[in-house]
Amino acid sequence: MPGLNPVALWRQLLALPNESRGKTLAMAFLVAAVCSLMVSMAAVVLQPQIDANKAAERQAKLDAMIAELPELAGVLAGAGADTLQTVIVDLKTGTETGELFDGFDMAEVAADPETSTELSDDQDIAGIGRRPDYAEIHVLKAGGKLELVILPVYAAGYQSTIRAFLALRGDLNTVAGLVVTEQGETPGLGANVATPAWQALWPGKKLADENGVLRLTVVRGRGTTEFEVDGITGATRTSTAVSDMIAFWTGPNGYAKLLDALRAGEL
Amino acid sequence: MAGSRHRFFTPLIDENPVTLQILGICSALAVTTSMTTALTMSAALTAVLMAASGLISALRNHMPKSIRLILQITIIASLVIITDLVLQAYAFDISKRLSIFVSLVVTNCLVLGRAETFAMHNPPGPSILDGLGNALGYSLILMIVGFVRELLGRGTLFGFTVLPSVEDGGWFQPLGVMLLAPSAFVILGLLIWAIRAWRPAQVEANEYPLTARAEG
Repeated sequence: MPGLNPVALWRQLLALPNESRGKTLAMAFLVAAVCSLMVSMAAVVLQPQIDANKAAERQAKLDAMIAELPELAGVLAGAGADTLQTVIVDLKTGTETGELFDGFDMAEVAADPETSTELSDDQDIAGIGRRPDYAEIHVLKAGGKLELVILPVYAAGYQSTIRAFLALRGDLNTVAGLVVTEQGETPGLGANVATPAWQALWPGKKLADENGVLRLTVVRGRGTTEFEVDGITGATRTSTAVSDMIAFWTGPNGYAKLLDALRAGEL
Repeated sequence: MAGSRHRFFTPLIDENPVTLQILGICSALAVTTSMTTALTMSAALTAVLMAASGLISALRNHMPKSIRLILQITIIASLVIITDLVLQAYAFDISKRLSIFVSLVVTNCLVLGRAETFAMHNPPGPSILDGLGNALGYSLILMIVGFVRELLGRGTLFGFTVLPSVEDGGWFQPLGVMLLAPSAFVILGLLIWAIRAWRPAQVEANEYPLTARAEG
């Protein structure tokens, strides 16, 4: 008589011929269950450590970027580096999303129709097709006062996508620096956007005049005002692309709402 | 005990899984650009192979023939995921450099090969020993290939400078080709040639000898 004693049932199962249907099903189920239990336990136990590793990596990348930004080391040393926060913002509303994406990738967000907005031809001055709805920005505060905002920007250049970080000072109008992190422009010409010499032209430039009109551009030849950056000789298209990149991302389809929110003291 | 010593030592040279059976070549090419990655990969494979052999051997009398491969792969895959998670948690930088190759231990013929040919027919003790021997045989080859590639490709061993390179003001001109996958094939080929010259018993009989063909 088949009892309900588990030990007896277990013995009965083991005694079944290996090729019987019952034992085949039971073995498949048991192995799968035990294995999934082991994997889940390992994942739960190790996840905090893995997350900490990933966070440390993000921080290291950011630190490397800040080390490249001219004149920033001083600002950071004065403010205390612990106050640098990473925030994911919603570009449609200019607010913080609250949730932290794991391994946030702007290019991925921009490619997914669910997390990006299609741009019409006249909106799309940077030639990027779709604008991501979310961006990962970095905010530096000292004593509750905004000191620095670092915004990722990108645009279609002459023959590559130019990616950069635009750092703005606390007034959100003065450029603290521009660092090109990725480009494949013509070597010796357009590729000079990634040189420290050209990037050193940016700190101190102003985005908009006192009427709030965005004016910062890369001009042909020498820039003469605080709204003009010297163009690169022989790389007009690349210079224009950087100009358009700044215009787009500081404009209404870029970070304008976010900058308004920051000015109002939100975030 | 002679049997277990034999079981442990033969896979190191005489029946080395990489140089004799030519198993696990893919990862042997990919992770041997530096000794650190080669050593980590070896440790990962050793852990997986020993645990898999032990578990599969313990279950061998109750594995229905019809689904035995699926059960073996399930066990191996679970062990690999756990190993990968452990590496991500405690050796994050190295696990990024190894990228997908730790996960690909699942498809390493070496692991399933030992499960099918040995662990399914032997008790757990000898199976674990067999797994350890084979894993060390694989590791030995990985370390040799990694040693040659890192030394000649970068002038370093485990990241420490051994031959100061020209770029750092030394005399050694690194051989860039050593860091590319084809160099691993060349080193592996030379290694197999050396072992077979030393142990002619490993030379395979030519199954399809070329015959002289009449002209015309």
